[in-house]
Amino acid sequence: MDFKLDKKHEMARALFQEFAEKEVKPLAQEVDETETFPRQTVEKMQKLGFMGIAIPKEYGGQGCDTLTYVMCVEELSKVCGTTGVIVSAHSSLCCDPIYQFGTEEQKQKFLVPLASGQKLGAFALTEPGAGTDAQGAQTKAYLEGDEWVLNGSKCFITNGHEADIYVIIAVTDVEMDKKGRPKKKFSAFIVEKGTPGFTFGTKEKKMGIRGSATYELIFQDCHIPKDNLLGTRGKGFGMAMHTLDGGRIGIAAQALGLGEGAIDRTIEFVKERKQFGRSIAQFQNTQFQLADMATRMEAAKFLVYRAAEAKQTQKVYSLEAAKAKLFAAEAAMEVTTKAVQLHGGYGYTREYDVERMMRDAKITEIYEGTSEVQRMVISGNLLK
Amino acid sequence: MKIVVCIKQVPDTKGGVVFNPDGTLNRAAMLTIMNPDDKAGLEAAIRLKEQYGGEVTAVTMGLPKADDVLREAMAMGADNGVLVTDRVLGGADTWATSTTIAGALRNLDFDLVITGRQAIDGDTAQVGPQIAEHLGIPVISYAEDIKVDGDYVIVKRQYDDRFHELKAKMPCLITALSELNEPRYMTPGGIFDAYDKEVKVWGRADLKDVLDENLGLKGSPTKIAKASDKVRKGAGEKVTLDPMESVNYIMSKLEEKHII
Repeated sequence: MDFKLDKKHEMARALFQEFAEKEVKPLAQEVDETETFPRQTVEKMQKLGFMGIAIPKEYGGQGCDTLTYVMCVEELSKVCGTTGVIVSAHSSLCCDPIYQFGTEEQKQKFLVPLASGQKLGAFALTEPGAGTDAQGAQTKAYLEGDEWVLNGSKCFITNGHEADIYVIIAVTDVEMDKKGRPKKKFSAFIVEKGTPGFTFGTKEKKMGIRGSATYELIFQDCHIPKDNLLGTRGKGFGMAMHTLDGGRIGIAAQALGLGEGAIDRTIEFVKERKQFGRSIAQFQNTQFQLADMATRMEAAKFLVYRAAEAKQTQKVYSLEAAKAKLFAAEAAMEVTTKAVQLHGGYGYTREYDVERMMRDAKITEIYEGTSEVQRMVISGNLLK
Repeated sequence: MKIVVCIKQVPDTKGGVVFNPDGTLNRAAMLTIMNPDDKAGLEAAIRLKEQYGGEVTAVTMGLPKADDVLREAMAMGADNGVLVTDRVLGGADTWATSTTIAGALRNLDFDLVITGRQAIDGDTAQVGPQIAEHLGIPVISYAEDIKVDGDYVIVKRQYDDRFHELKAKMPCLITALSELNEPRYMTPGGIFDAYDKEVKVWGRADLKDVLDENLGLKGSPTKIAKASDKVRKGAGEKVTLDPMESVNYIMSKLEEKHII
């Protein structure tokens, strides 16, 4: 068992750190304040291969591994949670299912431009009436000649409107289960922006990750080629769940970065801030709080890196992903909250990064499976 | 076109400086980066390769851990890396360093050698021109822009109040300024590829046409009398006088301290 990064991973981390400091950090506050999608930063990341880190070179990627991808999301999120989730949603939720379940033609047509940075991707499962209860989804697709026709809507879609390629989950069949109750069968589809019948609804106004574009997707008699069915008809739900297992590792990495970033900012602040004639870093309360924060995030890091290793080496990694996301998200929420507290009144103002980080951290406990869903996955595995 | 870029691993100014008892730097104990002028030289070489085709070889002399800076160069786009490392080469000044690097370069086939103008640790700006002198090739220093025209390079050289445009026949050596360009980032895939490649490691025995008496600390004419970290300045003195009185006061202080 080796807890030390090898040299290539260390160098990759140094690259992500340098990029985050120089290119992402200076824009983070403005991106949040103005709710602007950081298009220029995304273009720079596309050029540098950050959008296809774990995808093999033959499909336009960088040929690295899940750990490298995780470190990228972590380092970006240390300075900007918005930028972290853009990479995570594109990579885990759009590139990954096409790589896992796509045909060779689909990989050439869609994955190569996604991984090589020419196109941006998104994934849509959630609907107004179907969040944690994904079975409640209403968006339907039926086959008409050589085309699938999609009708319905999706909500809370990260990279919505900005992305060029979307993986959409829709109901294609209804079967009766053993007790005679109807059960929806889902399928996955690849839909390109600009397809007639595919439009965007409202942009969400959010508490955190405000620069990330979160949109409603609307399908009205949207015709797509028959060949855009991803994987096997009727197997879409399992594919979506498998995709979310990978997505959870990305979000866990985002949470990890947010917590670590908040600690970095807090260390700088407590050394500078003076009360009662000395820096607040000299008070034992500050020291003990920081010790707890650092220990929480270090524990989160091991769980997240362990999940990355599991994804790299195992066929099924739901449990590792659930544990990593549950712990990292809750640790990030706790640590960013403490960071605000240690900043005192300043921490409550938008002038200080920790205020944004605390708002950004909250979503990590909610999206790609709430903390409650992660507990269901973990306990379900314990009690099976 | 075959380009050799000489790069140096230098202490990162963000970290502390550690000295050996003999006054030389304890490089093993310090955080390091690629020297900024060298990085600009490497970027220039990679751009020339992209424009005219060819191959870029990064060469460094240093401790075994200088392997890192070669991997970084290869992750940016250099094709090969050569590490010159040997205990007998340690503690070298500019003369011994340039002798060593010239000895290594004699084993390589090149049209152009690019070095940084100077390293941020020694700040001498001597090694590049000295290598050219050892190899008997032309040198153009302080390059702000480099173009290739057939067998020639055309270089815009920075000068105090003007610039010079110089043309030299290859093979030749150019020293690069960090103002030359904005070096590119590595790519994640480039890093993985760099660690899959082999770095050539050369020792004293691989150096061509050099004498032992010109190598390492023993072969260095420079003798370090004393080395220290930042000299701490005094608190300073603040006076409130009119301009003429201020000048007189400063002049009297300078005379008092025998500065003028």
